Amino acid sequence: MTDGEMVLISQLESRFNAVSSELPCDGVTTLSVLPERITETLKFLKHEATPQFEMLFDLSAIDETKRNGGLTVFYQLLSLSGNADLRIKVNLPAEDPVLPSICTIWNAANWYERELYDMFGIHVDDHPNLQRILMPEYWEGHPLRKEHPNRATEMPPYQLPEARYREIMESYRAEDYHEPANIAEEMTLNIGPTHPGTHGLLRLVVRLEGEEIRDVRPDIGFHHRGAEKMAERQTFHSYIPYTDRIDYLSGVQNELPYLLAVEQLAGITVPQRAQVIRVMLCELFRISSHLVWLASYSHDLGALAPPFYAFRDREYLFDVIELITGGRMHPAFFRIGGVAMDLPEGWHEALQDFLKRMPAAIDEYQALLTSNPIMRLRTRGIGVLTTAQAIDWGFSGPNLRACGFAWDLRKCRPYSGYEQYDFEVPTAIEGDSLARAEVRLEEIRQSLYIVEQAMQNMPGGPVLSDQARYAFARKEATLQDIETLIHHFITVGRGMAFPPGESLFITEAPKGMNGYFVVSNGTEHPYRLRIRTPSFPHMQALASLATGHFLADLIAILGSIDYVLADIDR
Amino acid sequence: MNFTQWLLAFSGLGLVLLGLLFIAALMVYGERRILALLQDRLGPNRAGPFGLLQPVADFLKLLTKEHFVPPFADRNIYIIAPIIVPFTALLSFVVVPVSDDWWLADLNIALLFILALSSLRVYGIMLGGWASNSKYPLFGGLRSAAQMISYELPMSLALMGVVILSGSFSLVDIVAAQELPFIIFQPIGFMIFLVCGIAETNRLPFDLPEAENELASGYNTEYGDIKFAFYYLGEYIGVLLIAALIAVLFLGGWHGPWLPGVFWFMLKTLVLIFLFFWLRTSLPRLRYDQLMNSGWKLLLPAALINLLGTALLGLFWMEG
Repeated sequence: MTDGEMVLISQLESRFNAVSSELPCDGVTTLSVLPERITETLKFLKHEATPQFEMLFDLSAIDETKRNGGLTVFYQLLSLSGNADLRIKVNLPAEDPVLPSICTIWNAANWYERELYDMFGIHVDDHPNLQRILMPEYWEGHPLRKEHPNRATEMPPYQLPEARYREIMESYRAEDYHEPANIAEEMTLNIGPTHPGTHGLLRLVVRLEGEEIRDVRPDIGFHHRGAEKMAERQTFHSYIPYTDRIDYLSGVQNELPYLLAVEQLAGITVPQRAQVIRVMLCELFRISSHLVWLASYSHDLGALAPPFYAFRDREYLFDVIELITGGRMHPAFFRIGGVAMDLPEGWHEALQDFLKRMPAAIDEYQALLTSNPIMRLRTRGIGVLTTAQAIDWGFSGPNLRACGFAWDLRKCRPYSGYEQYDFEVPTAIEGDSLARAEVRLEEIRQSLYIVEQAMQNMPGGPVLSDQARYAFARKEATLQDIETLIHHFITVGRGMAFPPGESLFITEAPKGMNGYFVVSNGTEHPYRLRIRTPSFPHMQALASLATGHFLADLIAILGSIDYVLADIDR
Repeated sequence: MNFTQWLLAFSGLGLVLLGLLFIAALMVYGERRILALLQDRLGPNRAGPFGLLQPVADFLKLLTKEHFVPPFADRNIYIIAPIIVPFTALLSFVVVPVSDDWWLADLNIALLFILALSSLRVYGIMLGGWASNSKYPLFGGLRSAAQMISYELPMSLALMGVVILSGSFSLVDIVAAQELPFIIFQPIGFMIFLVCGIAETNRLPFDLPEAENELASGYNTEYGDIKFAFYYLGEYIGVLLIAALIAVLFLGGWHGPWLPGVFWFMLKTLVLIFLFFWLRTSLPRLRYDQLMNSGWKLLLPAALINLLGTALLGLFWMEG
């Protein structure tokens, strides 16, 4: 712990009666504050503390009823200027928990607090719009509470009588969703849940005056699968494939933060070769994700050919990924302590071919997208966000870097050996849709460069940790001696028990900062798993990005922030 | 006219109608295959040899669909609107000369006739959007009205240059006057007419009334079955018309060495149709205020200057 952190802790302790708790294994300073003092504490941390904690990275809770009782709400703060983390916890009773709203401090808190209410039943005082966000309005119970059933089979058969169905459908009428329009020329347009421009199930309730947008309200949750709840009944190992499907366009990029958090929890070291394979695959998936963005974005703006070109190149990429992992979009290839398999024969040549083909392809995309006069006309000055606003909204990834802030976790907090690679962090200063597009195109180039370095400097050695308690035993070894066979039985049959503790790990995913917060109770299952995805805060800022623009621009903005509905809804 | 002449006239008309529908069907097929080629894929290749029967299959499918009128739509207008679009485009072909001795009618106001019909055409889209009584089609209809106002003026003005050069509104006379194609004397007029022609047919980059990414499907969102087919047909006959008009007005129509005039006319038209397809796959869509800006602030002044220049040219050089 540095001196600065000590000073900050003592300040918080003396001014806000904060109680600092034992340092968790992720090394994030953690303090508990009483609910009535949380607002002033966070205000202090955002504006006065050194370093300033400019970003509300995450806000969620842990239902403690199966251990200490009550609820623990945690505010995960991020200081971009000081490159520091801070976790503020608030303990609440399990019955009728009430929490003051911090929407006035961070805009981004709005949706997170609605999620608190939705998932845990915590009533947030003075919240501007305290409604369910992921679950439907008529859902009974709060899913992330421990008493809520884990599976549908634990619940009575679902029934939807005709009358109830009509009632629910009626509640979706756009007119009721808004306050009555105060100008006669205004019109409410319901975009989605199925619409060509929303890239999935997303409902946008847009208030229009002519074609000019007065307000947009995204209605999310159509893609909610309860990924966080599912983790509570999976073993640490068997949850890996579920992570693939969070941001379903970037496959192993989801596995990495989860596994790094889990490995951090147990203190597992990953062999060099496995780390390089991980980085290589992650960057390949970054390219894959950006290619899909490129395809859908150019389609959003009406160009018909670029989508086919981008998907064609993604197929070539998938061929390589399939050769290495056996899977295409969701390979579930990483393991606790390494990766599932060593690289196959011929991977070098296949990857080389792909790397050779790509630069020319990117030039073509540039000609069709960012250099095309109509495309520039459509995207320049559209959906502008300043750096301060972007940080306030919790932006990260290319969207933040397009505002001129070079924040890339691969550079400022290197993980998995990223410090050994030579690459640039592309930025732009305009903060508009065009800047976001340009940054992403450049990122594809940089990723190719990283992949090339990983390929050329691939070290030898094992691809899985030999810490038998947490990592799978090698199959060959299990056939040879009884000791490893016993371990194999236990780790595969029952799962590995992880030491109690909490561990957060944030990585730089294609869409921004992706954080997995694992709380372990000492059993084979996570006690709570929190997934902080980048798309969630990005979507939240849509209204401030699109208000005042035209309807056609809404689609241009929506595409430029590059979200995945599964990443928002989890 | 006696009975035989009537019969001849009508059978001629019927033949042209059938021919045009056949060509439009081929265009649908051709566009899908050419777009596929440009986009690194195969396109429809299953129905019949090389997929040539695809348009037939599409047409049969749409024909056998349930004839559905949404309960909230304005029934009569909803049904009439899609008919207007192919009707106006087909009617315009009456005055288009295919070769030096082959045309249906040689009106002395042919150009005005075509402009009038193209203005009528927009009613098909606007009324369709309006009568659907639904929000996306309404936006599509409004956009098409805004679009029409912005491009009709420069389009008509661009054509006046051709009229000055040939001294006639009749398309037959205009082609006859083109010993050298008018594109040489009217490059600006040609460009303006090309751009406006794409806007007229509502195709990318000017397909704002349809704009599927923003407006689901724009003016035809609520249309299905054969009524949708009419819109679809209208679009392709519109493309054919604009291509034929550019060939006739600026590229010298049937004029060309060695080969018969029909061949030259068709070749020019085909090249222009390919250009339409090519543009569609390459360019993104403009925003509707950007289209209106370019219409009023760029195309209209350019068309006026072009007209003035041509008039001066005609006055001092050609007369003298």
